[in-house]
Amino acid sequence: MLIRRPDPIKPSEITPRSAYLSRRRLIAGAAAWGMLPAGLALAEAFPNLRKSDYKVDEALTSQKDVTHYNNFYEFGLDKEDPSANAPGKLKTRPWTLKVDGECAKPGTLDIDALLKESALEERVYRHRCVEAWSMVIPWAGVPLADVLKRFEPNSNAKYVAFETLNDPAQMPGLRSGGFAWPYREGLRIDEAMHPLTLLAVGLYGETLPAQNGAPIRLVVPWKYGFKSIKSIVRISFVQIQPKTLWNSYAASEYGFYSNVNPAVDHPRWSQAKEHRIGEFGRRPTLPFNGYAEQVAGLYDGMDLKKYF
Amino acid sequence: MRLLAHLLCALPLVWLGGLAALDRLGANPVEAAIRFTGDWGLRILLLSLAVTPLRQVAGLSALAPYRRMLGLWGFAYAVTHLLGYVVFDQFFDWDNIGHEILKHKFITAGMAAFTLLVPLAVTSTQGMIKRMGGGAWRRLHRLVYVAVPLAALHYIWMVKAGRTQPSIYLAIALLLLLCRWVYAWRR
Repeated sequence: MLIRRPDPIKPSEITPRSAYLSRRRLIAGAAAWGMLPAGLALAEAFPNLRKSDYKVDEALTSQKDVTHYNNFYEFGLDKEDPSANAPGKLKTRPWTLKVDGECAKPGTLDIDALLKESALEERVYRHRCVEAWSMVIPWAGVPLADVLKRFEPNSNAKYVAFETLNDPAQMPGLRSGGFAWPYREGLRIDEAMHPLTLLAVGLYGETLPAQNGAPIRLVVPWKYGFKSIKSIVRISFVQIQPKTLWNSYAASEYGFYSNVNPAVDHPRWSQAKEHRIGEFGRRPTLPFNGYAEQVAGLYDGMDLKKYF
Repeated sequence: MRLLAHLLCALPLVWLGGLAALDRLGANPVEAAIRFTGDWGLRILLLSLAVTPLRQVAGLSALAPYRRMLGLWGFAYAVTHLLGYVVFDQFFDWDNIGHEILKHKFITAGMAAFTLLVPLAVTSTQGMIKRMGGGAWRRLHRLVYVAVPLAALHYIWMVKAGRTQPSIYLAIALLLLLCRWVYAWRR
């Protein structure tokens, strides 16, 4: 993988405050007149976003595709459902995350406090869905490790469990059965603490649209997309491997690890290639989604066919 | 009436062409087009399977001439569906297509369903019926009783979740077969 040091930003490239303020007024006006696609109307720009070195050198997937082709079953099963159903329905303020379990300082994390005190960085990651499509997305967020460390996990914290909001009043998809709601995900503690693992609060330099998991979500770029849980309300340090939604739904199809692996097929379809959204044809899928150099060591000695 | 029936069968294809031309197929147009043609192929094949029970049970013998038309239109959608997969999804990657047919049951089922439909489409002309003789022709065309449930199974095995719609299709197919069986048994 290429990690390119970004060029220094020239003063002429920085948008003056007056320009972006007037741009926002324009956007607000357009939104009021229903001229913007649903879901983009409420986005707000992050003025102090720092470009990070974590950047893949591939063409970005368009903002429209990133925000209108989503799997967020709490808002419906079709890819177009979340952008149609989530904006305006999902209430993202006030929003706090409960952090508990095996740690010295359990507590809560307020999204606004986090935004105020964190240096947000932009990272351009590949995103590979278990359904064999992929995107390249500029996320804005903070390393998960930085946030977790504040709560001082103890030596019993072998895993980290995550939970999505579970409110049928806001999420019409929760009423349809079949799944063990709420959406749950989990990582091993070393995966959670890995520098690539991001807590994202935005994309394309703006706050996360509801359909992408507002106001705060996980991004684990070397794993299939469903591991990157959306709209998180709870993080728990736990001793045993936590239950996850897709694994409970079909254990033979969605493993706990779910590292991107072209050599291990999903039982019902091949994972050797992927369709990059916005392109024609299929490209080969890379081991660990192209992040093998950084993360393969986490799985030394493990049979990745068994622990898929 | 026949013209109207043809137009109705062609309508989804025209609609799809329009959506494609206007770039309204969403972020993954290839997948959208493949799903769309698969859906309509299955629906039209189910309609073709409904003709005979409707004639037998409800006495709607005026529908009989539409059976072949519906069958062929269903096949046309299946061809488009398969071409979409081979050309636009797989880009003629025969190795991978072969791998998928052998290893992944939803592709196996879909390919089997399509293969079973081919001889039916080929022998659909009046001339072929004469050449084969009514009895042999009818026996051959019973393959559709296998092909359509297989197509529905292909759909059920393809989806990650949300099996309601494909299960309804399978149930309809089985119900229509049951109608035939009950009718034949009662005679």
